[in-house]
Amino acid sequence: MSHTFSIGIGGAAGQGVATPGDIFAKIFSRRGLHLNAYNAYQSIIRGGHTFLTIRAGVDPVTNMGDTMDLLIPLNQDTMDRHLRLLGRGGACIYNADAIKPGEYAEGVQLCGLPVSTLADITKNKVAQNTLAMGAALSMMGIGFQSLEDVIREQFGKKAPAVGDENVAVARAGYDYATQHFRAFARPLPMTDRKYAVLSGNTALAMGGAAAGVKFYSAYPMSPSTGVLHWFAANGRKAGIMVRQVEDEIGVVNMAIGAAHAGVRAMCATSGGGFALMSEALGLSAMAEIPIVVIDCMRAGPSTGVPTKTEQGDLWQMLGAAFGDYPRVIAAPVDIGDCFTLIPEIFNVVDKFQVPGLVLCDLLLSEGRLSVDPSVLNFAPPVDRGEMITAPNGDHGAYKRYKITESGVSPRAIPGIPGYTHVVSSDEHDEDGVLISDMYTNHSKRRAMMEKRMRKEKGIAEAVPPPVLQGPDNADVTLIGWGSTQGVIEEARAQLAEQGITANQLQIRWLAPLHGDAIVELLRNAKRTIIVENNYSGQFARYLRSETSFAADGHIRKYDGEPFMPHHIVEAVREQLAGDVTLSVPSHEVMV
Amino acid sequence: MATIVETPKPLTQADFKGRVDPDWCPGCGDFGVLAAVQKALVELQIPNHQIVTVSGIGCSSNFPGFIETYGMHTLHGRSLPVATGLKMANHELTVLVTGGDGDGLGIGGNHLTHTMRRNVDLTYIIMDNQIYGLTTGQTSPTSRLGMKTKSTPHGNIEGPINPITMALAAGATFVARGFSGEQKHLTELIRQAIQHKGFSFLDVFSPCVTYNKDNTFQWFRPRVKKLEDNPAYDSTDWMAAMEKSTLWGEEIPIGKFYERTDLPSLDQAEPVLKDGPMAGRAPHIDPAIARTFIEELM
Repeated sequence: MSHTFSIGIGGAAGQGVATPGDIFAKIFSRRGLHLNAYNAYQSIIRGGHTFLTIRAGVDPVTNMGDTMDLLIPLNQDTMDRHLRLLGRGGACIYNADAIKPGEYAEGVQLCGLPVSTLADITKNKVAQNTLAMGAALSMMGIGFQSLEDVIREQFGKKAPAVGDENVAVARAGYDYATQHFRAFARPLPMTDRKYAVLSGNTALAMGGAAAGVKFYSAYPMSPSTGVLHWFAANGRKAGIMVRQVEDEIGVVNMAIGAAHAGVRAMCATSGGGFALMSEALGLSAMAEIPIVVIDCMRAGPSTGVPTKTEQGDLWQMLGAAFGDYPRVIAAPVDIGDCFTLIPEIFNVVDKFQVPGLVLCDLLLSEGRLSVDPSVLNFAPPVDRGEMITAPNGDHGAYKRYKITESGVSPRAIPGIPGYTHVVSSDEHDEDGVLISDMYTNHSKRRAMMEKRMRKEKGIAEAVPPPVLQGPDNADVTLIGWGSTQGVIEEARAQLAEQGITANQLQIRWLAPLHGDAIVELLRNAKRTIIVENNYSGQFARYLRSETSFAADGHIRKYDGEPFMPHHIVEAVREQLAGDVTLSVPSHEVMV
Repeated sequence: MATIVETPKPLTQADFKGRVDPDWCPGCGDFGVLAAVQKALVELQIPNHQIVTVSGIGCSSNFPGFIETYGMHTLHGRSLPVATGLKMANHELTVLVTGGDGDGLGIGGNHLTHTMRRNVDLTYIIMDNQIYGLTTGQTSPTSRLGMKTKSTPHGNIEGPINPITMALAAGATFVARGFSGEQKHLTELIRQAIQHKGFSFLDVFSPCVTYNKDNTFQWFRPRVKKLEDNPAYDSTDWMAAMEKSTLWGEEIPIGKFYERTDLPSLDQAEPVLKDGPMAGRAPHIDPAIARTFIEELM
């Protein structure tokens, strides 16, 4: 990755960390820069400590990176936690009236702002934030106009006077920095490209809208709630029904009801809510009513760590609901993919009339990324599969669960004359008649079970196997799934600079897994290491159970924070150097 | 050439007979509920394909298989959210929901409360036998205090829920109680419930002849008193309905306790439905609107 610039802004919840974050994000994306933002926070509305990292660069910025160039602590707590992480060339902009710096590395520039002399702090409670933004822009070598435009958009909508006042404060910070502080050695470049900046949750919701979702139901649960917020804000405009339901059991059952009426229905939750939905996934599979359920994973078990990330729900997905049934599980590999995956998985689940599960995580859901607007395609291919939406002649002889070679039976939706039938949660015959009570019949049960399970073959053909990224004959092959795509990619680049070649196998479709193809890809790997954000190596265990393939080493992290590239680099070096096979990197800072 | 105009034949009860015969125990109260539903549909002449019958799990919940309509046999306690999703995705369908007291008031109690307050346009019939039948006779949320069942061999120490009071408190806009042994009365209640635009709640005494030896047809028959027989009773008076709902013992009121028609049902209140049902809409949204979603991010 080419040069990037990273800003950390921290303070207590309620101190206004988000606004400078949004403003920097807007300025960077409008300058044609890519960016990645990640907010580390806690489950409180006021207080605590929240720390937002925004990293920008000309090339795609796939993760939060390892280092910080600029620190903006809004309180003493952030100063104490983060100042020591700044390296040579870094700078810290802070309110010199209220915050005292501590120990810092050589070559770090301390930029204390005399906040009370630069602004009227009795009138403007966030003056220190606005002054700091102004100062930062000056030091980054960005003209003031871009900041003025964004401030006016942000504050001036309600009252132009508030906009004017904030522009004046920002200007004071900008000018003060121009006179008193040293500019960064490498000013941020500009390109003529324009990016959309969005969170994974927004991407999942927009992806649903693009896929033709007409019914979205949810119960608020961090970190999935942003999906509900997007649908709630935009549903009426887009012609999408949005329902907030009493619990996740109701959520998923409502989605199934809507899907049976013939619309694409989706819901999103986190691990705890997904646990409640489990039984209904069996209904979706048994009644053959396709739905898509998103699980935005947070650290578990139980209520766990609601505001921290983890990849700990894979086995919950694999084992969700009792009995055997075909299911599709996919994990988006970045925020753009949160959008593109949804229409893809809907086409698969509609075609095969099975539940589709999306394993996202807090890192993507609440992180933000710059995406080329062309990625956000609102007219993707839509394949609803074999659906009967009007009488077509086989009137009277219709069998909802007709036994077919593919296992897929044409699906008639309610309301069509001549196609009345019962869809059923109990095992049933081809025409939907229950066979579980007095009619129990082992040969029928076997035939229906085999019919449903035959879909797995078609699903496997509809979903592509993974591909190996990077050089052949690499010293090490890193295997990840879902959200770790970007950080592993950057770790590979760093390893290459250190003379270690690495390639990468990133899994996006978890079920079907394409185990044979994976084993073939890994056959000649010199050393395989599986990287995942959980304690027990859930993917490693899954891969082994499906293929007997056991990786040489493992890098795992389950402290609630995502991987940084150097965590992986150091772990790979450690494993290549000695006989360590499990590395658990420590996160450097408490946030 | 003469044009033959086919006049549709009026629907009869036979047209609503399901493909399989009910497997209920001989004498089960559920037979009477099924017959009353079929008769009400005949009276209303709603074409079979425009009706969906949704059930949960339990003896009563095999109902969709015994009636000729579209049917959904769902999970234990989950019929109401499934029916809500179905109705909201295609509000032109007539949606009937059937289940038992365990299904609706036990495992599904949370959904029932919220479906009532939402005023979803469904007709919900609880076939209330005050026992768990399909699991061979355990206490249910409506089993009386002291009742001996397999799970309360020493007598039930928990009191029953009052479904009518509960429905009134939760904001149901049509609340009635019927008795399987009063066919004509029950048919009329079901007809009114289906015609009511909003959530219609019908608690129907449907005696279990196998496991409930307390609340039998013989026990109910002398006790049930029709509200309709009292010309002074005003079913638009919520307070009066509340008061009547608490009567239990020698006199048990049946009939329409309460109805209000001034509140919109959920589909009527939902602005996104002004362009017609969700089902059948084109998948892709208007490109001009889609563009605004992207522009907001730039």
